[in-house]
Amino acid sequence: MTAAGTSGAAGSAAPAAGAGSAYGPLRRKEDARFVRGRGQFVDDIQLPGMLHGAVLRSPLAHARILSMDIASALAHPKVEAVITGEMLAGRGLAWMPTLSQDVQAVLATDKVRFQGQEVAFVVAQDRYSARDALELINVDYEPLPPVIDAKRALDPGTPVVRDDLPGKTDNHIFDWEAGDEAATAAVFAAADVVVTQDMLYPRSHPAPLETCGMVADLEAVSGKLTLWSTSQAPHAHRTLYALIAGVPEHKIRVISPDVGGGFGNKVPVYPGYICAIVGSMVTGRPVKWMEDRSENLMSTSFARDYHMHGEIAATSGGRILALRARVLGDHGAFNATAQPTKFPAGFFHIFTGSYDLQAAHCQVTAVHTNKAPGGVAYACSFRITEAVYLVERMVDQLARELQMDPAELRMKNLLRPEQFPYTGPTGWEYDSGNYPRALTLAMEMAGYEQLRAEQAEKRQRGEYMGIGLSFFTEGVGAGPRAHMDILGLGMADGADLRVYPTGKAVLAISVQTQGQGHETTFAQIVAQELGLSPDDVEVVHGDTDRTPFGLGTYGSRSTPVSGAAAVIVARKVRARARIVASAMMEVSPDDLDWADGAWRVRGDPEQSASIAQIAMAAHGSLELPDGVEGHLDAETVYNPPNLTFPFGAYICVTDVDPGTGVVKVRRFIAVDDCGVRINPMIVEGQVHGGLADGVGMALMQVIAFDESGNCLGGSFMDYLLPTSLECPSWELGATVTPSPHHPIGAKGVGESATVGSPPAVVNSVLDALAPFGVRHADMPLTPANVWSAIQGRPLRTDLAVS
Amino acid sequence: MQITVTVNGTAYKREVEPRLLLIHFLRDDLRLTGSHWGCDTSNCGACVVWLDDTPVKSCTVLAAMADGHRVRTVEGLEQGGQLDPVQEGFAQCHGLQCGFCTPGMIMTARWLLDHHPDPSVQEIREAISGQICRCTGYENIVRSIQWAAKNADWGQADGAEATA
Repeated sequence: MTAAGTSGAAGSAAPAAGAGSAYGPLRRKEDARFVRGRGQFVDDIQLPGMLHGAVLRSPLAHARILSMDIASALAHPKVEAVITGEMLAGRGLAWMPTLSQDVQAVLATDKVRFQGQEVAFVVAQDRYSARDALELINVDYEPLPPVIDAKRALDPGTPVVRDDLPGKTDNHIFDWEAGDEAATAAVFAAADVVVTQDMLYPRSHPAPLETCGMVADLEAVSGKLTLWSTSQAPHAHRTLYALIAGVPEHKIRVISPDVGGGFGNKVPVYPGYICAIVGSMVTGRPVKWMEDRSENLMSTSFARDYHMHGEIAATSGGRILALRARVLGDHGAFNATAQPTKFPAGFFHIFTGSYDLQAAHCQVTAVHTNKAPGGVAYACSFRITEAVYLVERMVDQLARELQMDPAELRMKNLLRPEQFPYTGPTGWEYDSGNYPRALTLAMEMAGYEQLRAEQAEKRQRGEYMGIGLSFFTEGVGAGPRAHMDILGLGMADGADLRVYPTGKAVLAISVQTQGQGHETTFAQIVAQELGLSPDDVEVVHGDTDRTPFGLGTYGSRSTPVSGAAAVIVARKVRARARIVASAMMEVSPDDLDWADGAWRVRGDPEQSASIAQIAMAAHGSLELPDGVEGHLDAETVYNPPNLTFPFGAYICVTDVDPGTGVVKVRRFIAVDDCGVRINPMIVEGQVHGGLADGVGMALMQVIAFDESGNCLGGSFMDYLLPTSLECPSWELGATVTPSPHHPIGAKGVGESATVGSPPAVVNSVLDALAPFGVRHADMPLTPANVWSAIQGRPLRTDLAVS
Repeated sequence: MQITVTVNGTAYKREVEPRLLLIHFLRDDLRLTGSHWGCDTSNCGACVVWLDDTPVKSCTVLAAMADGHRVRTVEGLEQGGQLDPVQEGFAQCHGLQCGFCTPGMIMTARWLLDHHPDPSVQEIREAISGQICRCTGYENIVRSIQWAAKNADWGQADGAEATA
C-alpha cells in the first residue's frame, strides 16, 4: 500500500467520532477539558496541609562550598524545614544515579559544578515564603576557575570538574565509535573529491511551557508515597525512586497528570523531585515543588551541544562514497544523558542519513564542563537530530563544491525503494522507504524550478533569497529490549485491555502523553481492531497504579511501541471473543470470520456477534469451552523487533536582509512519511510543532555561556523561542510507506520535524548568502550572526568570550 | 491588605499580601487553575486574562492592582453549558496539543474577535505574537481563530449547526 498527496487542511475542521474506519482526523477527546481551562497539571493540585518547596541554587559555575548557615532560614516563621546536602548525605541521598552510569549531586556537598546547581531546599507554608527563606541561607563559596569551552576541556592543566570521582584527573567521559575506520579511510584516499566542514550544534533547551515539578505525599501510616509529577516516563521514574530513596516500589504511586509539553525535558529524574520527596518525609505533609522558568532553563536537561567535524567523499560526478565525523560532545558537569545503555552517543551513528554509501565512520568524545547536565532531550530521537544536521550540511557543502544543484545531488544519491530493508554502513537496518517519491513531491509542492529562477532573478537585483533542502531518515520506537535498555530496564511496553459487559472498553498503557493526544489515537487503534466507536474506548495512562509497566514516551516511541501493544492486545481480545462467539452461536471457531466489526458465520454472515454482544455473554452464564476463562480481557508486552524509520523531504525558502542580517522564513514545505497515519490531524499537528522547533533552533534558540560560566539563556527574554510571526504557514505533504514489522504499518512521527527541519533552514540561509562567499555559519543564525558572517566573521555561538 | 475582585461575574473579597501576583491569586487563592504560570517575564502569555476589558499577562500584574476591577478568565467563557466559538474553534481545528498555552491564547483570541470580527491571517498572527506555543507551530491556532470568526454565532439557537 502506498499513497502520496498534499494536505489541504486550511480552515478545515475535524469530524467527531463516526461510523466506518476508526482511523482518520478525529477530534481529540482531551480538548473538552483543555479549552475550558479544566486540564489538571501538577501545579493545579492542591492538597490539604500542602507545603511548598523552593531550591537554593548556585550563583557560580564552579566553586567549593566552605560553609552553609541555615539558621536564619529555619527561624523564618513560615519555614517548616531546610534540607541541605549534608542532611541528605546522612540518608544516603546526597547523590543519585544518572541515566548514563554516572552520579549527580541532589544537593551539593563539596562543590558546585554549574550555575544553577541545587544547593539547599526550603519547605515553607506558602510559595512566597519558601522563596523568601532562600535569601536567608548563607553559603560561603570559594570560587574556582570554571571549564566553559568544551574544546579546551581536555587541555593539560584544565581544572577537573569531577574531582568527586576517585582517581579522576581530567574531564574525559568516553570515546565511542561506529563504522569501519580503515574501510572509510580507503574510500576517502581514493575519492575524487573530499569536502570538510566544522560545525556546532549548539546547546539548546526543550523549554516546554509547563516547567518541571512535583507534589510528593508520603502517607505516614500506610507508607504509600504518591507523587504527582511532570513525567514522560512514570514507570521508569517509580523504579528510579525505589532505587534512589529506598521506598519499596509497590509503595510508590507516580501520577503524571496532564503534562504541559515535554519534548524530552521530562524524561530525567531531577534533584528537585528527590527534594520534594524528602521534604514530605521530613515534614509528614504533602510538598509541592514547581520550578520557575529560569530554573527550568538553567538546570534541567539541555539538548545537543555537539562540536562536529564532518568529511564527505564523492566522485567528481556527484556520487557520494563515504562519510566521516569526529564529534566532541559537551555533557556538562554530570553525565546524565538519557539514551539506551549501549549507545553513549545515542543513535548518532545513523549519520549516514538517507544515502547509499560505501563506508562510514564516526568517533565521539564526551567531556565534562561546568554546565548543566543532560544532553539528550528536545525531540532529538537520541541524537539523530545532530546526525541529520551533519549529513545534510555536508551534502550541501559537497553540492557547492561540485557546483551541482543540492536537490539533484540528493536525488542522485538517495536510497532506492528496492534497496529496503537496507542495512547501512554503521549497522542500522532501515525497515522501509521510498525516498525519491518524497523528495519529488516536496519539489513539486515547492515549485522548485520556479524558485530557483526567482532566486537568480532576485540576485541580479541585489536581493538575497535562499532555498534549502534536507532529507532525513529518523529511527524511532526503541527497543528491542535485548539491545536497548535504560538503567537495565528493557525498552518494551505493556498494554491491558478490558471490555466490560456493555461493550465499553478500557485500555491501559504505559506511555504518557504530553500533548500527543494518546487518549484519542489509542482509542482509535482499539476501536479499529474491535469494531467499536472510539467514544467507547477509554484510555488510561500516566498512573503507575492503574497501568502496566513500560518505559514511557520519548524518542517518538508511543505509536511504534505502545501503539503496537494496543493492536496486539486488541487482537488477543478479538481471538478470545471468537471462542465466546462460537459458544454463543454453537459453531466451531474455525467457521467464524471477522468482518465489519463482528464475528460472522462463514457462509451465513447475517449470523454474527459483535464485541458488545460477546462481552455481555462472556460476563454472563454462557457455558464456555474448557480452558476458556470468563470475561473479555487480555494483556500483552510488546517488544519491538526493530526501530521504525520514518523519513521526509523538507524545503525552506528564506529571504535575508544583508544590511541587518534578518532572516525571514517565507515558506516551508514538509513531506513526511511516517507509515500508516492513525489520526492524520494529530500527525500534522506533530509536524507543525517540530517545524517551529526547527525555525527556533536554526535562527533563535541557544543556551550560551560567558567566560565565568554564567548561563546567558536563563529566561525567555534571553532564550528566544519562535512566535507566530517567525513561523510561516506550513505546507505539508504526505507519502505513506508502511513499516513492514509494525502490526498496522505505523511509524513514529513526534520528532521527525524537529530532526529534519534545522538543516533545511540553515541550508536555505547559507544558500542566500552564497553570493557573499559565506560557506558556513553556526546556529542560531541570529541577525548579528548573519551580518557577521557576511562580513566574513561568523560568530562562535556557544560562548560569549572576548 | 483586603481586595475585592470580580472574577467571571462573582465578587471575591480576600486578604492578600501586597506583592501577590494576580496569576497566583487566581490560581492558588480562588482555585481558578485554567490560567497558567509559564515564564515570569511576560514573554509566554500562558497567564493571559482580561483585566476589565483588556488582555493582561497576570504574572506581571499584582492582585492589588485588580482591586475594584473585573477579571475574566477562560473559566468564564462557557455560558449555560455552551462553549464560546473560540473554544469550539480550538477543539475543531486541533488548535492545541498539551493545552498549557491554550487558555491564554483563547482569551486573546476572544478579545481580537470582539474588536475585529473578521481578522486577516496577519492580524491574527500579530494578535497572538506576544504568546508562545511550543506544540502547534501556531498554524492550527490561526485556523482555530479563523473558524471562530466564521462561526461567530456558533452555539446560539440558529447557529448550532455551524460548519467549517
